Amino acid sequence: MYKAKVNVTLRPSILDPKGKAAHHALQNLGLNEVQQVRIGKFIELDVDAKDEAAAKEIVESACTQLLANEVMEDFEIEIES
Amino acid sequence: MATFGVVVFPGSNCDHDAYHAMKHVMNSDVKFLWHKETDLSGIDFLIVPGGFSYGDYLRSGAIARFSPIMQEVVKFAEKGGPVMGICNGFQILLEAGLIPGAMMHNEKLKFVCKNVFIRTESTDSIFTSELEKGQVLDIPVSHGEGNYFIDDDGLKSLQDNDQVLFRYCDAKGKLTKEANFNGSIDHIAGICNEGRNVLGMMPHPERAMEKLLGSVDGKPIFESILHSLSAA
Repeated sequence: MYKAKVNVTLRPSILDPKGKAAHHALQNLGLNEVQQVRIGKFIELDVDAKDEAAAKEIVESACTQLLANEVMEDFEIEIES
Repeated sequence: MATFGVVVFPGSNCDHDAYHAMKHVMNSDVKFLWHKETDLSGIDFLIVPGGFSYGDYLRSGAIARFSPIMQEVVKFAEKGGPVMGICNGFQILLEAGLIPGAMMHNEKLKFVCKNVFIRTESTDSIFTSELEKGQVLDIPVSHGEGNYFIDDDGLKSLQDNDQVLFRYCDAKGKLTKEANFNGSIDHIAGICNEGRNVLGMMPHPERAMEKLLGSVDGKPIFESILHSLSAA
């Protein structure tokens, strides 16, 4: 069994209103050092595969078909055994 | 007489509005189609209604597009069958790849539920043939994720192919910044596919059918559709 960790993030060119709202709130807290906030999604999957490469392939397919919308999002996959 | 099919997902909530609009205002035959159904025989026109299909988990429309009926809706559309997605229905058609682009959260993050004005940008479609170019319609919106996005090449292609059917405008038809309340690229409120048989729009024409409810500006859209179906 492999554990896959997937980070789905908005593409850099896409405006992130949630990130902007959080950034604004952080400024209200006085954390003015924070220059920018971008909010994405973190998804964990348990994958039954014969090896790490096979697990990665399955998770990639999950990402391109459902977990991320590549019109506006990018994804990164990390596989742990 | 043409028969309309209204797709029903768990979480659809404008399915009855669409049914009522077609059945009781437009006097047409309408059938509900549960998301597990795969038989579209006898259906001439499909409406994918608004709501929060599958709770809008992950992204609006992302799960609904994999439901059994959506596989048939895609086949129906690819054969040239007319399909209209309203609000959540538009989001589902985007996720299903029937229309290009994607929906982001409204620019100001608020769920917006109010009447807005949209301008008819093209009458060259079965959905807008009875309208006039530039005609301003008073139609309600009700969404939190209606901020339409497409990349520069995609936008150019939409513009070049005359696929933008409706844009958000003010009461006089001007494309002001305030009128574009959700931040959509190029003020886009509704677009069709390249084949011009699939329409996606965020505003709800099916909720603007009776004077009692404030506006009848949704009617000419359905009159256009009925006109095209009777001519076919």
